[in-house]
Amino acid sequence: MSLLAFCEWLAATEGSTALRESLFMYPLVESTHVMFLLLFVGLTVMWDVRLLGLAFTGVPVSEMNNRLLPWVRIGFGVMVITGVLLFYGIPVRTYQSVWFRGKVIFLILAMINIWYFHWRVEPTVATWDKDARLPWVARRAGLASLILWALIIVFGRFIAYNWFDCDIQPQSAFVNWFAGCVVPPQ
Amino acid sequence: MLLPFFQWCESLWLGQFVVNSNWLFPVIEAVHLLALSVLGGAVLVVDLRLLGLGLKGQSPSALWRAARPWMIGALALMIATGLLLFLSEPIKLYYSDSFWVKITTLPIAIAFAFTIRSRTTQDIVRNTARRQMLVGALSIALWVVVAAAGRWIGFS
Repeated sequence: MSLLAFCEWLAATEGSTALRESLFMYPLVESTHVMFLLLFVGLTVMWDVRLLGLAFTGVPVSEMNNRLLPWVRIGFGVMVITGVLLFYGIPVRTYQSVWFRGKVIFLILAMINIWYFHWRVEPTVATWDKDARLPWVARRAGLASLILWALIIVFGRFIAYNWFDCDIQPQSAFVNWFAGCVVPPQ
Repeated sequence: MLLPFFQWCESLWLGQFVVNSNWLFPVIEAVHLLALSVLGGAVLVVDLRLLGLGLKGQSPSALWRAARPWMIGALALMIATGLLLFLSEPIKLYYSDSFWVKITTLPIAIAFAFTIRSRTTQDIVRNTARRQMLVGALSIALWVVVAAAGRWIGFS
């Protein structure tokens, strides 16, 4: 079963149809997704500016980690749950969205950056915990995080717009390839 | 009474410029959303502390001092982009309940942040933990209403 066939099957399920056609559920899930940006991306940004030495320079990095991480995790959990539901409600169009596919790529890069920070940067935290100006590896992780989450927000917001939808042809060859559009031969 | 004002806003070239572009509204909306995230972080870092959560090793006043420029910057960007979004569809907004909820709660939330909440972060003896918690919770509630009503404008 191809991913597209899976999405088509998903779209035909009762739950997906109910979510898509409900008057309030879809907007409610979408609003929750947006609201938890404040918690998740908001606190992540505060963390990043600390790593970059732009603010909270008096706060030890280990305290940012220990005290903010639980809240960031809660925010991330809600973002993932509501995000999966949004996909579940509109699977085929979302799967074939250039914005969604771009967002997934940036999400993977953001996960790699988080992994890199916790496994390669954080172990040495004791030696620079209270410094205002952190080593380049730490600042680089903060900068990458800021850029990636900004891109993820913008691409996520643009999923709602149909400029590059498969059912609006002609699209450029790149769009049709990147979105995986099934275009009948001319 | 206000309808003529909204109609006048609708006639301004700036709003028309946004409406006539395929890209401008979504791009401005995206910037609005980016600023929202920064605002959320700057607000929550202080409110969590007032609630006795988050960065407990720091004083509320130090956190507020550090977060304030980010909050002001994010607010400025949100108001600038919000104004452009408003000018592109004033009459639709005039008839939107969500818009009125948002536009009345917003000044309250801003005033609250820079008066009562700002004072509460200062380490004065009269500040009980309970008072700080109340102010932190109220601040979160106000911004949640502003943001949720703002998002809901798009569904009407």
